[in-house]
Amino acid sequence: MSQAVYGARSRRGWVAMAVLAGMPETLHAEWTKLRTLASTFWLLAGAVALTVAVSAAVASAATCSQGSCAPAQTGVDPAKLSLAGVQVGQAVVAIIAVLAISDEYSTGMIRVTLTAMPRRLAVLAAKAALVGGLVLTAATVAVLASVLAGRLLLPGHGFTPANGYQVLSLGNGGDLRAAAGTVLYLALVAQLALGVATAVRDSAVAIGTVLGLLYLFPIVAAVVGNQHWQRHLEQAAPMTAGLYIQVTEDVGRLPLTPWQGLGVTALWAAGALILGATVLRLRDA
Amino acid sequence: MTATAPYRSPAAPGRDGFAQVLHAEWTKFRTVRGWIIGLIVAILAAAGIGILVAAGGASATCQTAGGGTVRHDGACGGSAFTLGPGGEPVTDNFYFVRQPLAGNGSITVRVTSLTSLLPPVGQVFGTAPTRPGVVPWSKAGIMVKASLAQGSAYAAMMVTGGNGVRMQWNYTGDTPGLPGAVSAASPRWLRLTRDGDTVTGYDSTDGVHWTVVGVVRLAGLPSTVQVGLFTASPDLPVNAVNIAGISQGGGGGTASTAVLDHLSRSGAWPASAWTGGYTVGDLAAEAQGIGGYRQVAGRFTVTGQGDVAPEIPNQSDPGSGKGTIAIYLIGTFLGLLAVTVVATVFMTAEYRRGLIRTTLAASPRRGRVLAAKALVLAAFAFVAGVLGALGAVIFGAHITESHGYVLFPEPWPTEVRMIVGTGALVAVAAVLTLAVAAIVRRSVAAVTIVFAAIVVPYFLAAIVNLPTGVADWLLRVTPAAGFAVQQATPRYPQVAAFYAPVSGFYPLAPWAGFAVLCGWTLAALAAARYLLRRRDA
Repeated sequence: MSQAVYGARSRRGWVAMAVLAGMPETLHAEWTKLRTLASTFWLLAGAVALTVAVSAAVASAATCSQGSCAPAQTGVDPAKLSLAGVQVGQAVVAIIAVLAISDEYSTGMIRVTLTAMPRRLAVLAAKAALVGGLVLTAATVAVLASVLAGRLLLPGHGFTPANGYQVLSLGNGGDLRAAAGTVLYLALVAQLALGVATAVRDSAVAIGTVLGLLYLFPIVAAVVGNQHWQRHLEQAAPMTAGLYIQVTEDVGRLPLTPWQGLGVTALWAAGALILGATVLRLRDA
Repeated sequence: MTATAPYRSPAAPGRDGFAQVLHAEWTKFRTVRGWIIGLIVAILAAAGIGILVAAGGASATCQTAGGGTVRHDGACGGSAFTLGPGGEPVTDNFYFVRQPLAGNGSITVRVTSLTSLLPPVGQVFGTAPTRPGVVPWSKAGIMVKASLAQGSAYAAMMVTGGNGVRMQWNYTGDTPGLPGAVSAASPRWLRLTRDGDTVTGYDSTDGVHWTVVGVVRLAGLPSTVQVGLFTASPDLPVNAVNIAGISQGGGGGTASTAVLDHLSRSGAWPASAWTGGYTVGDLAAEAQGIGGYRQVAGRFTVTGQGDVAPEIPNQSDPGSGKGTIAIYLIGTFLGLLAVTVVATVFMTAEYRRGLIRTTLAASPRRGRVLAAKALVLAAFAFVAGVLGALGAVIFGAHITESHGYVLFPEPWPTEVRMIVGTGALVAVAAVLTLAVAAIVRRSVAAVTIVFAAIVVPYFLAAIVNLPTGVADWLLRVTPAAGFAVQQATPRYPQVAAFYAPVSGFYPLAPWAGFAVLCGWTLAALAAARYLLRRRDA
């Protein structure tokens, strides 16, 4: 065991080691739990399928009438449009992350987990890393397929270079940023959901809270009837701000730059994880 | 050896009717503190969002579009709405070339042309229209109007830019006549006859063969009425709002010009000449020099702007003074989410704790248990929904009005329908959730399925700016159709407006949309009952 190495360390080093020590074992244990659940695979596949399907459906539903196809008139942003499925797919990502922790509470497994691995933060860190990794992988597949669908479908509906639209390509900076940023966004949504679920434990409350945080800000912002409040709500909301990363047209009109927007989502995720970690640390399981 | 009689409990056997099951479920619900807290959260969330929306709107910059007047302190106020004979807010501002008609009589005219100018591409409101085009509901023709007072009764025969000949009356009435556009090669003859309270409209392609388009009774029509030629040209509606609430595409004032000749009249016309003018001073149109008429050798050319039609609220246009109380009900989403969580746990907690085995042992008729749960939950959810909606509307309207804004007036039965309908919406959605939870038996799945079925379609249709066809379809077939009970004002086909979920319009009629939600709920309940009976608990 790696316990022998502790003695020689300074106190600060000891603390750092205490979190990291046994990390491979913790990761391995969590990975085994995650990988052997049938639902993990199906939910990941579902997230990919839903994202791609909705993206493709939106791309094929987008049309512009003859003579009014200029970007200024349609307001269509090809990158954002062909990644629209993320707005639905993220709900499945949130489920994956919520289940990773709340299932342990609903079955009582958490008590076994924490008995076997008493370093609670290490458990949470391992879950965060594994869920993050899985979501990153699935999101990469989903985003690549969505971009491909957009690239194939949009020019057929009048969104052609002749009308002032670039053909989607990961070779150009804006589209690459939108695609890569969307992958990161989904990973951040997973972290947010994991943090919330750790804090509230009950799966129904957790998923309700996460879905509320994601979807209700934009609904309220749309009707709040005051442009300043609208801007504030949107730039503070985990979903609207984070999805600024998909905008490639008129970036200057956004309240935040795309990366700042993704930073807002990252702050929400970090906040949720810190809250979850604190509560996990302080509370009886 | 003595035979011992078997033990019999002295207690009377308990009854096992539906009332007892109902009572058991009632007790379960009310004694779990978390669930009651969940409902209180739902009420506070729904009301709180309504207050937030009202406060946001009330601090917005006031605009004058749509009848709001700007006071010196910057607040929108005053009695901004003109009410029609039916009590609904109306627009009554168009160019009218008229003479008084004493008693009964008639007017006949031939229309040979109706052309319109649209605002330049990429314009803002306030620029003069210069681009020739078609305004589908531009109107020109003849009218009998009770008086020049705003909102007074009228009946009119008209040609329109894109909807053929119409007879319209009292702002909301609309009947089609001859189809097709008007031109010099294909003119339209129009006739109105007034007989007491009754006005009859005719159309014809040749001035010889006449068809009755409509006969309407205008209650209380005075003996002397204003009769003449008119032109109206409504603003183009904005046709999209993006996720940032910025309207895109379309929108702006238009102007239309009609050419009319072969004017003939019967009856007593005491005035000697025609008087032309807007029915209210249209400062914007007059400043741009739009509006007027010429009379050369029996041929009239009448140019005008404005409209004579019901006014349409637009809750997505901040500060326009056209918001209805529907806008405060947006918090229903948050309340619904909290109720969904409670409804899910009301079912899944039975499975998690193993309580379901006790429940089913005590009441082996499983369908009854489900029914009792549904009834108890629906009652609690209905109360929560109504309280949330009431709170949102009462506080929201108070905040809005205390800032000097006026709300788009709604008849009280509509307001009652919206608030009670919201309660019913929340109650039925809760039962749907219960049924889904009984089917899937997993909290996360149940909450997500219901959220995906009710909130996501609305989100996609209203917020993500999907193409209108897809958005309408989503709100027709998914359980989200139930939000139609929150629609304040009906769609008027004869008024081009921004009819979209985000501006408060749904593709189905209020109770039809609610019926779609009920249909889904009944289907889910049937499936839940089947599975509950078939499966081991």
